[in-house]
Amino acid sequence: MSKINLTVNKKNYSVDVEPDTPLLWVLRDKLGLTGTKYSCGEGICGSCTVHIDGNAERSCILSAKDVEGSEITTIEGLAENPDHPIFKTWIELEVSQCGYCQPGQIMTLAAMLNKNASKAEIEREMSSVLCRCGTYHRIRKAVDKLVEDK
Amino acid sequence: MKNKQTRREFIKTVSVSGGGLILATYIPFNNLFAGTADDPKIFSPSVYLKIDSNGVVTVIVHRSEMGQGVKTALPMLIAEELEVDWEKIIIEQADADTKYGSQSTGGSTSVRRNWEPLRIAGATAREMLIIAAAKKWNVDKSECYAENGFVINKKSKQKFSYGELVEDASKLPVPQNVKLKDPKDFKLIGKRIHRVDTPDKIYGKAKFGIDIVIPGMYYAALSRCPSFGGKVKSFNADKAKQIKGVIDAVQISNGVAVIADSTWNAFKGRDELEIEWDFGPYANVNTDDIKNEMLKHIKEEGAEFESRGNIHQSIKGEKLIDAVYEVPFMAHAPMEPMNCVAKYENGKVELWAPTQNPQNAKSEVAKALGLSENDVTVHVTLMGGGFGRRLVSDFAIEAAEISKVSGKAVKLTWTRKEDIKFGYYRPPSMHVLKGSVSADGKPLKFYHHVIAPSIRQMRFDKNLTAEKSEIKEGTVDLEYQIPNLKVTGTLIPTHVPISWWRAVYNSQNPFAVESFIDELAYAAGKDLYEFRKQMLPEDSRLLNVMNIAVEKSGWNNRLPKGKGRGLAVSYGYESYCAQVAEVSVMNNKLKVEKYTAVIDCGVVVNPDIVEAQMEGAIAFALSAAMKGEITIKNGGVEQNNFDDFEILSYDEMPVVDVHIVQNNFKVGGVGEAGIAACAPALCNAIFAATGKRIRKLPVRLI
Ligand code: FES
Ligand code: FES
Repeated sequence: MSKINLTVNKKNYSVDVEPDTPLLWVLRDKLGLTGTKYSCGEGICGSCTVHIDGNAERSCILSAKDVEGSEITTIEGLAENPDHPIFKTWIELEVSQCGYCQPGQIMTLAAMLNKNASKAEIEREMSSVLCRCGTYHRIRKAVDKLVEDK
Repeated sequence: MKNKQTRREFIKTVSVSGGGLILATYIPFNNLFAGTADDPKIFSPSVYLKIDSNGVVTVIVHRSEMGQGVKTALPMLIAEELEVDWEKIIIEQADADTKYGSQSTGGSTSVRRNWEPLRIAGATAREMLIIAAAKKWNVDKSECYAENGFVINKKSKQKFSYGELVEDASKLPVPQNVKLKDPKDFKLIGKRIHRVDTPDKIYGKAKFGIDIVIPGMYYAALSRCPSFGGKVKSFNADKAKQIKGVIDAVQISNGVAVIADSTWNAFKGRDELEIEWDFGPYANVNTDDIKNEMLKHIKEEGAEFESRGNIHQSIKGEKLIDAVYEVPFMAHAPMEPMNCVAKYENGKVELWAPTQNPQNAKSEVAKALGLSENDVTVHVTLMGGGFGRRLVSDFAIEAAEISKVSGKAVKLTWTRKEDIKFGYYRPPSMHVLKGSVSADGKPLKFYHHVIAPSIRQMRFDKNLTAEKSEIKEGTVDLEYQIPNLKVTGTLIPTHVPISWWRAVYNSQNPFAVESFIDELAYAAGKDLYEFRKQMLPEDSRLLNVMNIAVEKSGWNNRLPKGKGRGLAVSYGYESYCAQVAEVSVMNNKLKVEKYTAVIDCGVVVNPDIVEAQMEGAIAFALSAAMKGEITIKNGGVEQNNFDDFEILSYDEMPVVDVHIVQNNFKVGGVGEAGIAACAPALCNAIFAATGKRIRKLPVRLI
């Protein structure tokens, strides 16, 4: 085991894990930040999306060692501001069904909106975040509204 | 005041119109909370709700929440009758317990089966509070009414809060046959009430099964035999135990488990296990063998489900057509993989399970561990989708066995690969259809022979015959008036575990039937809508939803070349549905542009949730119709993850325009009702756009 120093949601943590441990499992099993979800474990579905220095990244395929020194933000960090326009729109439109994929959807979109991504970029990025409940129709409504309100 | 009342328990039965009895257990829980003088007293006139002396109303939801909205819809039923402030209600998830009646969350039953019992529970409590208040004021109960958590004296305008009435109300006998509200007086039912659990879910706070942590818990991963029906011959865990963090490896009935200090280390350890498998009797079975088993029967007539007229006569001038349709195995693949937390200690086991079927988990785990059901506690967690997969208790049994054998509390987490490879799949099916139309475009004959494995036969009743099996669902009692009709079935065996998958046979049969009706309409040279319409009685609710779908979708507007619309209708779960799909096909590339979906599910409890369920059903059914399929090789599933078992993505989702019919018919099911018409509407639209008839799912245009 080795000590790895992580900055998550502006807090510093020192964790004892094997350096190859994916960030996802450090967040979930070591830091108790279970809002970041496991679904495919291979970078396909986007459920585990977090922000690394402001970019949406898939925590299941990033080793903890690789993100030492980076600013990591999880859904819990974003939710420190529950009035974030994404949350408000998500509630207003009742986007969520089971809710499991939603942190990944929201984190992906939040990164895009922060950097004023184009509609085409948003379309591309959101198309790689899977939802089995089929909330896509409402996600699109929410995206359209958020882009328009910006 | 210290009130150490001893626990009393009266069981009262409340009769429910429409047959059946529900148990209303009256348990003053006071003793449980009588620690200090400030503890509230609790009035609980039914198992589904509690009101304490501070006026706090707690509703107990006994069905499982997996995104379909029961945690909102069921409390709405109670709150409607109870007359309380919706915002102040506390909602609690029930553990597995027979006292609630069936907790099995499948078959789109949660609202339709609890529509009366839960309203009765709310109304009974309201009635008792009113009686308690009337007694205090010494007036007749008709002088009082309930509103927003208070009982109000009509004349004096005095009021008591529910909290103030709890103690008196709990001493009253439970009244029988309380009057339920007239639908025109509904304040909550029919409203777009926001879901109670949305904020926690989007803030990342909600706890799904996979998020549960209990003190002293370890993490487990399990290695299972790649071919169904195989088992462990021997194993060596030396290498696995060299992985840092791995604590133990134990064999259970379903394979070998590795226990570690984190999920990741458990996965790593599991990958290092050296297991010699006995691949079992089906190790050579491939998809083609199962298909051949079905093909063997396509010339036979099949066991009769339904028959009228004579399909064998030849009718002068008739135009005959026939076709064979085919549907594959399908996985549920909810985004949250299977998992369960189990803690076995001193002959008792406690589980935290994302289960759609808590009572089944309780009894299956008791059986597997040789315990009495009383020694098994099942806490139900939120679940990241279910779709029928979590009606089976395999993951709970595995976790319980691992905990028992290892002597440790564990959380068993399946990887996505395991979730796809070790599921209980929607059965495959083959459909032989024959029919004829007259020269003037009327339907004359319709024959449908369903060939499929039966879930009930494979899992519960080896002697079940085709006639009595459920493979007929979605193809019998069709409303279409066709003079000569015969529907038959043949059961085939399969070693692949099969189970209910959102609508099951109501997904395959309507695909074949509604596609073939389209074929008949073309053969008749009729408009696809008109052809269906002439077969339906004028007062048909099915015709009504179809009419609305046709109108809202602009059915009669012409589309440019390469685009097409398809229509399909369905009845199931006491609800009627019609869908119009609009697609474009360019260079063999299919784009689903739009779905217009109309549902008549009788009384609507929460229109927003009904719409969400229709949107979700269309996404789910489109995944099955045009994306991944499950195939079998060497006795096991070939697919591994969302890259080779694809599901619909954001850019592939059509616009969905849902219309809900407003009426006061008996409440119908919703969760599965949107599935049936989706695939045939799609394939009928593809035919309209391309002239290519899709008879095999998933759709492959090249
Ligand atoms: S769990 Fe990381 S992308 Fe799917
Ligand atoms: S809301 Fe259930 S998986 Fe997306």
